Amino acid sequence: MPHFAIIAVSILFDGLAYAMFLFITSVGLSVTMGLMGFVNLAHGAFAMAGGYVVVTLTRNLGVGFVPSLAIAAVVVGAVSIVFERGLYRRLYKSTDLEQVLLTIGLAFMAIATATYFYGPIPKSVPLPEWLQGDVNLGFRYFPSYRAFLIVLGAVLITVLWYGFERTNIGAKIRAAVDNRRMAESVGINVDRLFTLTFAVGSGLAALGGGLAIQLLGLSPSFAVLYLVLFLIVVAVGGLGSLKGTLLAALVLGVFDTAGKYLLADAGGFFVYAVTVAVLLIKPAGFYGRE
Amino acid sequence: MAASDTTMAAADRASTRERAADYLLRRHRFRAAEALPWLFAIAVFFVFPDRMTFGSQVLVMVMFALSLDLILGYAGIVTLGHAAFFGVGAYTVGLLAARLQWTEPISGLFAAAIVAAIVGFITGWFLLRYRGLTLLMLTLATAIMLQETGNLRSDISGGYDGLPGLTFKPLLGIFDYDLYGHTYYLYALAVLAVVFYFVRRIVYSPFGQALTGIRENVRRMHAIGSPVHWRLVTVYTIAAAIAGVAGALFTQTNAYVTLTVFDFDNSAKVMVMLILGGTGRLYGAFVGATVYMVLEDYFSKLSPTFWQFGIGLVLVLAVLFARRGVLGLFESMGQYIAERKKS
Amino acid sequence: MRIIGWLGLAALAFTVGGTAQAETVKVGVVLPFSGANADLGHQIDKAFDLYVKLHAKDIAPNTVEIIKRDEGPPTGAVAKTVATELITNDKVQILTGFVFSPSAIALAPVVTQAKVPMVIANAGTAWITNLSPYIARLSFSMWHHGYPMGAYAFKSIGCKTAALAYTDFPPGKDSTEAFKTGFEKAGGKVTESIPMGSPVQVPDFTPFFQKIKDAKPDCMYVFIPSGAHAAGVMKTYGELGMRKAGVKLIGPMDLIPDNKLQDMGDAAIGTVVMGNYAVDLNNAENKAFNAEWHKAYGKDSYPDFMSAAGWDTMHAIFDAIKKLNGKVDDGAKVIDAMKGWTANGPRGKVTIDAATRDIVQDENAMEVIRKPDGKLGVKVLGTTKAVKDECKELKVGRCGS
Repeated sequence: MPHFAIIAVSILFDGLAYAMFLFITSVGLSVTMGLMGFVNLAHGAFAMAGGYVVVTLTRNLGVGFVPSLAIAAVVVGAVSIVFERGLYRRLYKSTDLEQVLLTIGLAFMAIATATYFYGPIPKSVPLPEWLQGDVNLGFRYFPSYRAFLIVLGAVLITVLWYGFERTNIGAKIRAAVDNRRMAESVGINVDRLFTLTFAVGSGLAALGGGLAIQLLGLSPSFAVLYLVLFLIVVAVGGLGSLKGTLLAALVLGVFDTAGKYLLADAGGFFVYAVTVAVLLIKPAGFYGRE
Repeated sequence: MAASDTTMAAADRASTRERAADYLLRRHRFRAAEALPWLFAIAVFFVFPDRMTFGSQVLVMVMFALSLDLILGYAGIVTLGHAAFFGVGAYTVGLLAARLQWTEPISGLFAAAIVAAIVGFITGWFLLRYRGLTLLMLTLATAIMLQETGNLRSDISGGYDGLPGLTFKPLLGIFDYDLYGHTYYLYALAVLAVVFYFVRRIVYSPFGQALTGIRENVRRMHAIGSPVHWRLVTVYTIAAAIAGVAGALFTQTNAYVTLTVFDFDNSAKVMVMLILGGTGRLYGAFVGATVYMVLEDYFSKLSPTFWQFGIGLVLVLAVLFARRGVLGLFESMGQYIAERKKS
Repeated sequence: MRIIGWLGLAALAFTVGGTAQAETVKVGVVLPFSGANADLGHQIDKAFDLYVKLHAKDIAPNTVEIIKRDEGPPTGAVAKTVATELITNDKVQILTGFVFSPSAIALAPVVTQAKVPMVIANAGTAWITNLSPYIARLSFSMWHHGYPMGAYAFKSIGCKTAALAYTDFPPGKDSTEAFKTGFEKAGGKVTESIPMGSPVQVPDFTPFFQKIKDAKPDCMYVFIPSGAHAAGVMKTYGELGMRKAGVKLIGPMDLIPDNKLQDMGDAAIGTVVMGNYAVDLNNAENKAFNAEWHKAYGKDSYPDFMSAAGWDTMHAIFDAIKKLNGKVDDGAKVIDAMKGWTANGPRGKVTIDAATRDIVQDENAMEVIRKPDGKLGVKVLGTTKAVKDECKELKVGRCGS
């Protein structure tokens, strides 16, 4: 293969892996903020909680990595119901600003709580053998873990697409999001539906947090450290569209990787330049409602 | 009959106009309570003479929050990139002092205001067509791209190690920097008073009323022919200039500036302070920045490791029990007491 | 205003100068206890606490009162405010800590004016010590590891060509410049110099390393802040199979902080770093230090180079207090007492250069190995004795002023 083709394919693969990482860590926010319209700056806190559940399960209780991810998603999703009922629900009709204050406050509290229980030193997670090696692509090796992310991302998209677009409950959620009053008047229990949606969003955040440990490490400041990146993915994709979040992750992932590879000096610019370019042309993001 | 109708209507109109004028005047008039924050700031100077370094930082943040209130509280522009203007102002005086030996502090403030206003005008003209999350992300990206530019040209900006050892000429040629920060506290307070007077004039002017109109109902303002975009760009430029002055004061009081002034944290923090104090009420910036910073200082002395829990808890409680900020809470309490008295 | 200032000074003189025998020395500790770099602050703080606990008797009948404050984010401003108030409000006589260079840089004019010594336990920008005669540094400058690594890489590791990759902030630039200076002087050739984004960016190094792998240099010198990013470097290096491809990973010891080494796995084995400390350093003081550390903080907690510097920092402060018999009001005397101070610590013999007030210490080339007990560790390949900060010796850029 000629040299430039190898570079191109490398960028594509690495970009795809990074894109899937972006998608997996942002999709939870796409649900709570995009679908439900709640400015959820505590997304990173739920992700961090998921990460610490995974660390505890794998390190202290000897549970495998993949089952731990599933357990973390379920546990954090379940616990988030308490927050939704107790706090979030009171602010569904409030302004964005009040939602910002509440969720930033929760994120701060989460950071201090995590420091108390786990300390400030970054944690890592033991991976099973099959996720540690590489896959041979012929012209280069590709890390198994990144291949795993790509596959998992694909599965996640399929499941979410099916859940929201093809099931009865998904239709109800879309109805409730579009027009809450109308949905209520045809007998949909919107309250319960929102609780469920929020739990799904938080569970996805936890899953993202668990998967991110291998790439980012996990320390208490995870709750706010990468928040801007997640917000960008959701905004570029467009509020309320999972399809948009995926496309945004792909575009940002590939452009960012290409920028770092080809023009390292200006590497930091690319994500933001792409964001600005997309939003200037399509203010509501790729698939957002105008 | 018809004639008297018209006169009646004319009289009505006249009295409405009078009442409106009267209402505006009454709002405009200084109330006794407005002296409180200023008296408080002066009292603090005498009661805590050893804590003026911290005090100056609070005043800088009050001014920064005040500039945000102008666009967020009055014009309804929600931004996450306000640190861009703070940073531009901070670097204007920093670079003038470090590279051109222009170290006179007060002219430095004007320079910072002008440069920040130019940046505010250009970005505002482009970005204020957008609203909501889109605007949030665009303003945020603007601030971060300025930061990245600064890092690319570390030879000029000093990068994340900043511009060290800046020295400024004595204020008015007389008052010099002192270890206890007394000079700079009074200086910052004086600048804040001037800026505040200016902001207050704007807010209670017809222009300010038009901004409130835009915040409450953009479509109606368009319908009555108000030049919405230009008004927003104008107020955004003014707010940028004020944020620039705050940034300039920040550099002068610290005698140092690094690229971290452009951080997302800085934009987010000033917004949290303002919401905490109460938006769209001028003194919300005072209360919010002071309460937030004093609590942060108090909690971080109590526990340097876990203090964020305290701050977070205060924010959550504020949302639950003081919906419109600390000032809103006072207002509600005032109304409640007034109603109790009536009944 | 003046009057209040004088009153403050008078109060200061009254509170600290009046007593006769046993003095209580107030030491202000400024470290990042919260935020993204909290683990760095805690690594040093633990060493401070340990030293104070074990050596309180050394300065008897005098005592120290430690006042801890959060250094906050690396902006300079927060640290400057808290440290200034430690001086004006809490009346501390010695300041120490300081993980971030901007904190020390911002504070330099303040300590000069206040005449309070600032004893730096980490901040590594080389020229900081030039900023004030009241600054002494017990940690390192970026040149301590980078510069000797240049010659060592060329002569002993067999790097004829090297690529540089660094986090795009001052320590990264300093460290790579130091390496480049030493490396080119020895005859090596730098093929590429790649900035890898700011310290807060996602530590995904794949595109950068892939590019280096394609260019096939003999060695790759990497600088990253020693937090989560260090683990990211090892993962990416391992995942891309770069060692198999013949690109050796070298760098300063920030690549393999002791408290994160065990998590790095096989990818780290074979990495060669230059540094002043590792838990495996074979000297009596280090063995005792590690034993005390494990006793105090548990067997899974490890000190690292920051802790070792923290230990020596408190040692130097205590020795100055002892020498002055607790009378530390005159900051100039404290700094004078530290000039030329020398002791054996966990890092071996350390000295404060009387001329520059910066540290002189041994630098070890260390290779990561799998130890017989199954844990990861390092093997010392060679030691250069008494290394000074070459940036100041060679008067490079700001270091010359």
